Amino acid sequence: MISYLSVPRSLLLSGAFFTALTLSAAAQQSAEPPAAAQQPPAQLPAAGAPPAGTAASPSLPPGSPLLGRPAGSDAAAKLAPIAPPPIPAAPDKLPTAKLKVPAGFNIEVYAAGMANARSLAVGDKGTVFVGSRLVDKVYAIVNKDGKREVKVLASGLYRPNGVAFKDGTLYIAELSKVSKIEEVEDNLDNPPKPTVIFDKLPKDEAHGWKFIGIGPDNKLYVPVGQPGNNVLHDDDHGLIRRMNLDGSGAEVIARGVRNTVGFDWHPETKQLYFTDNGRDWMSEDVPEDELNRMTQVGDHFGAPFCLQGNIVDPEFGWGKSCSEYTAPVGLLGPHSAALGMRFYTGNMFPKAYKNVAIIARHGSWNRSKKVGGDVVIAKLNKDGTMKSLEPFITGFLEDNKYNGRPVDVLPMKDGSLLVSDDYNGAVYRITYGKQKMAGK
Amino acid sequence: MHKTIMALAFVVITTFASAEPIEQRIAPCLACHGEKGQSETENTPSLGAQQAPYALIQLFMFREKLRVFEPMNEMAKALTDEDLRLFSDFIAKMPKPVPPGENGEPARMQRGQALVQQHRCDSCHNPDLSGKENVPRIANQREDYLARTLGEYKDNSRHGYDASMADVMAPISPEQIADLAYFIARMR
Repeated sequence: MISYLSVPRSLLLSGAFFTALTLSAAAQQSAEPPAAAQQPPAQLPAAGAPPAGTAASPSLPPGSPLLGRPAGSDAAAKLAPIAPPPIPAAPDKLPTAKLKVPAGFNIEVYAAGMANARSLAVGDKGTVFVGSRLVDKVYAIVNKDGKREVKVLASGLYRPNGVAFKDGTLYIAELSKVSKIEEVEDNLDNPPKPTVIFDKLPKDEAHGWKFIGIGPDNKLYVPVGQPGNNVLHDDDHGLIRRMNLDGSGAEVIARGVRNTVGFDWHPETKQLYFTDNGRDWMSEDVPEDELNRMTQVGDHFGAPFCLQGNIVDPEFGWGKSCSEYTAPVGLLGPHSAALGMRFYTGNMFPKAYKNVAIIARHGSWNRSKKVGGDVVIAKLNKDGTMKSLEPFITGFLEDNKYNGRPVDVLPMKDGSLLVSDDYNGAVYRITYGKQKMAGK
Repeated sequence: MHKTIMALAFVVITTFASAEPIEQRIAPCLACHGEKGQSETENTPSLGAQQAPYALIQLFMFREKLRVFEPMNEMAKALTDEDLRLFSDFIAKMPKPVPPGENGEPARMQRGQALVQQHRCDSCHNPDLSGKENVPRIANQREDYLARTLGEYKDNSRHGYDASMADVMAPISPEQIADLAYFIARMR
């Protein structure tokens, strides 16, 4: 079962906004949440939502995920980030049988045995590159004579979450540096060590792991998250930067970004869309994770002053107004950990999927009743705002427990879609229509 | 000392390769870590009743050299995934370590206890510091090992599986680390 947010207008008007957000109410519906910008500005969280920033021990450092936790709440005390098992699941132990896709779609295991498989990139020759966060490896899923094989492409790296590919070169983002391997697909058996192209990056662990991507402008986009749950920080954090592919000409293009772990460019408008994870411990139901769109260089997306486009932060929002910041074009669920997102431009899926944003929601930890742990489809209005959010792959979340957690999505040349799962160390493949089920 | 450990590691590896029962396979580990869950060896942790998921993560990290300590890296090198599970499950069923016979010095115990509360160790490690899931049992762990490990988290020489302990340790002084280790080793 999976939950979606659907907020009837009448409820918004009746002022029952927060208490009415019972996520299960709209289960399995094709929800049509109004774009954040159109919603009436929310007031402070209702009674029941703890005053943020007042509760946890003042001695906790800004990077601690426990900072901001309300004191005296047994329910809150039970919540902490969830560590995945260290060992990847065996292929026959993967949850594919439990995963549900819409009628006509198929799901299969593409490759398994990659501990903590995270971000995805594909090479010109079809090699799929897989980053990791809790181990030190970047993997390559190699196609050879019709068989797929997993190789360790690089090891000894520190939190190598981000991977991107362009013109034969693989780019790898570790915690505080970006490096590259040229002609990588020609050297899969004996790959050279990555060479560093950019390392002027902070070393904070909190939100320090990186998703990276290469834009239609042929520049490499590298974010830096905020160094904690909800913190004021210096100019080196909470941003997205772009640079030339050799690491030169770096410039900050967006601020107020709490932690984006997935982005892509709209196939027609070429605008940058990115997911951003909302802060923890403010309440169970707000703020929601965001789908953002950058319309101009220098946009400020609000964090930590304005959350989800319409809530001024209880701690840092004093004297601020959400109108000062760029609002999200859509909301993606509270604590849902919306990570990887890419636009679908392939020809295999039905026409309705053309140019939709496919988003992997890793799933919440900071919520009593978990939300996310799925892959969703965001359809956009003509003006580029989000029209609807629909389930696509569900079943990772069962009885409030994860049997897998999707991280990234990657459309392939043939129109199929790959999905990574860091909980099981696997990559799945989604196809539409009658397919020869390869890899079984 | 170092040579002895390496020689022992070699014996252990050859032992692991065989299909002996777990009790025999784990015996060389317990020569240092203590046969009844309680270590008598300097700077070497007691393993008794350790949380299985935590023990599994550590063994995995030793094997993958994500946690670097040469003797353990050598010992874990040849272990299969199934071996790692077998060893961590066995460790979890061993008796938990017990506090030393004498009570701690009251002032230090009080300081340590206050630090545990102030820094919310109990929220992840459980109120009795018995741990849960991937968060280890630390109650009655050896004082020297606790102090060293907390120091390694603080200076980021031990990364951990995720980075939460580095963040937690940042504001804690070396003197406070000593008090924490003193209290946690002796708590009842």
